[in-house]
Amino acid sequence: MSRGFVESTIVSFSRALSRALMSEEIARQPGLLQSLDPRVRLIGLFALVLAVTLSRRLAIVLALFLAALLLAVFSRVSIGALAKRVWLVVLAFTGVIALPAAFLTPGRPVVVLAGGSLRITAQGMATAALLIARVETAVTFTTLLVLCTPWAHVLKALRSFRLPQEAIAMLAMTHRYVFLLVETASQMFESRVSRTVGRLPGAEQRRMTARTAGVLLSKSIDLSQDVYLAMQSRGFRGDIRILADFRLKPWDYVGLLAFLCAGGVAVWLGR
Amino acid sequence: MRWRRGRLARKVNHNLALLFELQDIGFEYDCVPALRGLSLQIVEGESIALLGANGSGKSTLLRILNALYFPSHGSLSFCGRRLTPQLFNQDAFALSFRRQVALVFQNPDVQLFNPTVFDEVAFGPLQLQWPREQVLSRVNATLELMNIAHLRDRPPYRLSGGEKKRVALASVVVLDPDVLLLDEPTSTLDPRSQSQIIDLIQDWKGASKTVITATHQLEIVEDIAGRIVVLEEGKVAATGTPAQILSNQELLVRANLVHAHRHSHGGLTHSHPHLHSHSKHGHEH
Repeated sequence: MSRGFVESTIVSFSRALSRALMSEEIARQPGLLQSLDPRVRLIGLFALVLAVTLSRRLAIVLALFLAALLLAVFSRVSIGALAKRVWLVVLAFTGVIALPAAFLTPGRPVVVLAGGSLRITAQGMATAALLIARVETAVTFTTLLVLCTPWAHVLKALRSFRLPQEAIAMLAMTHRYVFLLVETASQMFESRVSRTVGRLPGAEQRRMTARTAGVLLSKSIDLSQDVYLAMQSRGFRGDIRILADFRLKPWDYVGLLAFLCAGGVAVWLGR
Repeated sequence: MRWRRGRLARKVNHNLALLFELQDIGFEYDCVPALRGLSLQIVEGESIALLGANGSGKSTLLRILNALYFPSHGSLSFCGRRLTPQLFNQDAFALSFRRQVALVFQNPDVQLFNPTVFDEVAFGPLQLQWPREQVLSRVNATLELMNIAHLRDRPPYRLSGGEKKRVALASVVVLDPDVLLLDEPTSTLDPRSQSQIIDLIQDWKGASKTVITATHQLEIVEDIAGRIVVLEEGKVAATGTPAQILSNQELLVRANLVHAHRHSHGGLTHSHPHLHSHSKHGHEH
């Protein structure tokens, strides 16, 4: 039996929360990226994202994508989960932006539609493919960083690169806010379902969801303010402090060198 | 675990006993007044119950005592020093104050924002820049004390209501503060968990800690407090010993702490104030 709009929304919220919790579990298990110092992960993956952005050749971007796949496998990140959570979503969003390029970029036509008024050009397809590949690869590297590093370590690593305290506090709060938003939304929708007899028509369910959104936003903002007060109350001053000490080991230098070399070579070959 | 006598006595140079002094405090949320001209003195080592109906200003007062909010008028002093936002811009003072005065929020969800229970309990000591070894030993001892060692690696979001409350308490207890501000610590708990928390509060009382508990549960106040402050519409309506306050039916009805309770005896129906009391009075009519 198909689920109603509200039930589907609750299930989605619940899944989002589970995924967020799963990220922390992945980050704490042994793996290639997890074995590196969080600062090396941050710089290394940032270097690869930069290389993806600067590369103009599709083959090089695809090679970097392959590197991202290998990193995921050796860091015990499920390829299936990456495909569902990252690649399909990115494809949907970037595809919408890239699609017109296939038609509008001048060049040799490879497909002619609507009696010749619409033409897909080879150059247009290459441009669209490059754009999609770039975004997919960059987002994969970023996702790997977040999946393989506890959030507190990401923040501490950012702080060690002199990112302002205010920015760190904002990121810390944003992360917690997302949790609160999902929890609050889930509870609100469950309470709605418990007070609804029978199944509402789809349009009515969507209207109800839209009405709830505003209330949800102000509720979760209030809650997040309380969370910030609770953090302040226990001495939070904007700096992230965790038990783990960041110390670079020889393996970290090897990792950093590998990342920087891969990024440099990709930029050089992809000119 | 033994609770050490507070560091405050050594820090206060004059007026040793006076901890908090609130004079004519006012506070508003978006122009809606929550506290109106509230004055109160709290002495070191006191155990106080803030009694009041919903919306009487208990939680706001606790947040002001924890210097999370600052009054819009009136003055608030801690150990003879006036608390202002500017003072809390100084790291040394802010960290020292947070070390000494800790607040347990009413809703444990707002207090739990770390990936595991261990990280949650370690958050405060780490923010206060304790040495690593001290953090580890204190966190482990606190998890044992609060009977939550088995939850150590669990995400706090996935705990039951009672477990969340215990973790929230542990996250504050670990700091071994001199002043504990507790906002409805036993609400929504089952009887056994309530009793364990009351035992903890009594331990703190015995260790000469200052414990200020906001509650509207009359049945626990004799166990947790030596003085009751009744709040009504953001003001102190009365203050006194539990015996004095609990015997004042008129005050309790006016402050919406007891309610009219209807009974039917045969064909006769009548109503009277209804008061639950924990140890002495039983179900008192």
